[in-house]
Amino acid sequence: MSISHAPPSSPEPDISAMSKSERPGAERPGPGPLDLQPVVPAFSRGFRVPRWVRRTTGPIVLLAMWQVLSATGVLTSDVLASPGRIAQVGWDLVSDGSLPTAMGTSLRRVASGLLLGTVIGTGLALVSGLFRIGEDLVDAPVQMLRTVPFVGLIPLFIIWFGIGEAPKTAIITLGVTFPIYLNVYAGIRGVDSQLVEAGESLGLSRWGLTRHVVLPGALPGALTGLRYALGIAWLALVFAEQVNADAGIGFLMVQARDFLRTDVIVVCLIVYAFLGLLADFVVRSLERLLLQWRPTFTGR
Amino acid sequence: MATDVHRPVTAHAVRVEGLTRAFDGRAVIDDLRLDIAPGEFVALLGRSGCGKSTLLRILAGLDRDIQGTALVPRRRAVAFQAPRLMPWKKVWRNVLLGLPGRPERAVAERVLDEVGLGHRIGAWPKTLSGGEAQRASLARALVREPDLLLLDEPFGALDALTRIKAQRLVGEVWQRRGCAVLLVTHDVEEAVLLADRVLVMDGGRIAHEQRIDLDRPRGITDPRFAALRAGLLERLGVDTAAEAS
Ligand SMILES: Nc1ncnc2c1ncn2[C@@H]1O[C@H](COP(=O)(O)OP(=O)(O)OP(=O)(O)O)[C@@H](O)[C@H]1O
Ligand SMILES: [Mg+2]
Repeated sequence: MSISHAPPSSPEPDISAMSKSERPGAERPGPGPLDLQPVVPAFSRGFRVPRWVRRTTGPIVLLAMWQVLSATGVLTSDVLASPGRIAQVGWDLVSDGSLPTAMGTSLRRVASGLLLGTVIGTGLALVSGLFRIGEDLVDAPVQMLRTVPFVGLIPLFIIWFGIGEAPKTAIITLGVTFPIYLNVYAGIRGVDSQLVEAGESLGLSRWGLTRHVVLPGALPGALTGLRYALGIAWLALVFAEQVNADAGIGFLMVQARDFLRTDVIVVCLIVYAFLGLLADFVVRSLERLLLQWRPTFTGR
Repeated sequence: MATDVHRPVTAHAVRVEGLTRAFDGRAVIDDLRLDIAPGEFVALLGRSGCGKSTLLRILAGLDRDIQGTALVPRRRAVAFQAPRLMPWKKVWRNVLLGLPGRPERAVAERVLDEVGLGHRIGAWPKTLSGGEAQRASLARALVREPDLLLLDEPFGALDALTRIKAQRLVGEVWQRRGCAVLLVTHDVEEAVLLADRVLVMDGGRIAHEQRIDLDRPRGITDPRFAALRAGLLERLGVDTAAEAS
């Protein structure tokens, strides 16, 4: 990402070489005839496939292969149902209302866990990022807790919080808190000290420095953290809903497992995938909106 | 304010005595002494790496690991050697950053117009050219109306014409505002053109001091100008005869 900071120093040698070749009368021993090559304009590099076509090609090819394997009998239906069958089952689940209800429940859990975890993680990161005493008090315990696999805490959480919504929200919150904390903290500590100094010289107060320099500087890191957090939130949701639940997508999957319905399981997995995709889209949009000041390397 | 109570006659805008600043045991500034009168325009010359920027940072109150005394006014403004604009704020918001109250966009517009950046007022800093960023940084310092203006090579990346305009602008702000200015530069001509006094820094202290008593506006063609310029160049170790050929 820091490629945008590279100093534009490279053109100079080219220019001197060019001006040399334009003056054949110069006294110096010339470099000989130069091998010139055209600078091709970016848009004329042949025919370009639209972006959305390129992006959907991969999944469609995969789907086609799957259908072919199912149709030829290589994949039997008790191993994995065919795409057509899955579409049918998916439609049934939607029309009898069980899938939308389950999705609503799961989304609510992820949202509340994500919100709580983000608030806690950001709060802790601010305390330890902005104040040295906060760092001394907060950072070590958080780093210690971070290494405990949060999934292992599910039994403990069930004992503490019972079997309602609380343990599920708690497990997601816990999973989300650490990536948010780590990235916001790193973002704050990674802010260019020269900019902080400049802000100081402009007469900004401590709060002004935080608001105008430190926090905007930490934003790219914070958004990276949010992305990680979203991934972990779905993961935590799957665990939480499969261990002990009476509603939600995970519950639907556990039920399907008991009846050996691979088609329902695959529908649920697809739903998870799409929800993940949706979440990623939200974060991407957020990044585009909040980080528009930052011209970044976008690939070739 | 930094007026010294023991010397009511000569008020100072800057008063530095016995100033020492060491990096890892190497004294970059070594027992330096410097007085600047209110409203005085001082130019600071010196080889690269001799400690000019370090001195400026100390006077700006940004570097406090020092020994000795350094008295400076409360209202200071700095234009750093690198523009140091906040990349997440548009140019005009950068200019207004830290100003007391809620200054209007028009204030930024005016000063950016003065440095010839009126057309880039709403741009993101990372899309500015090197010289544009430097002018935005200069505008950010000038808009503060300080008592002490610290400029670290503010015209380094500018073309000849823009440079002359920017120099004129700094001169105007200085005369209108009556602030003390400390201008770090590598351009002897620029120093002689603008300053009341030119200092040459070497070995961590002010090694040479040259008062410039020419009337303003000054012309480069003035023979006294050429003499002062030659003298300073000699002080900097440049062989003027070789340079002239
Ligand atoms: N933070 C630092 N740590 C260690 N050494 C430093 C630090 N800052 C500056 N120096 C050293 O102090 C010396 C003076 O630096 P300074 O930036 O003041 O030079 P300068 O006179 O402004 O040079 P230039 O004209 O190239 O800008 C240099 O040798 C530099 O390497
Ligand atoms: Mg410097």
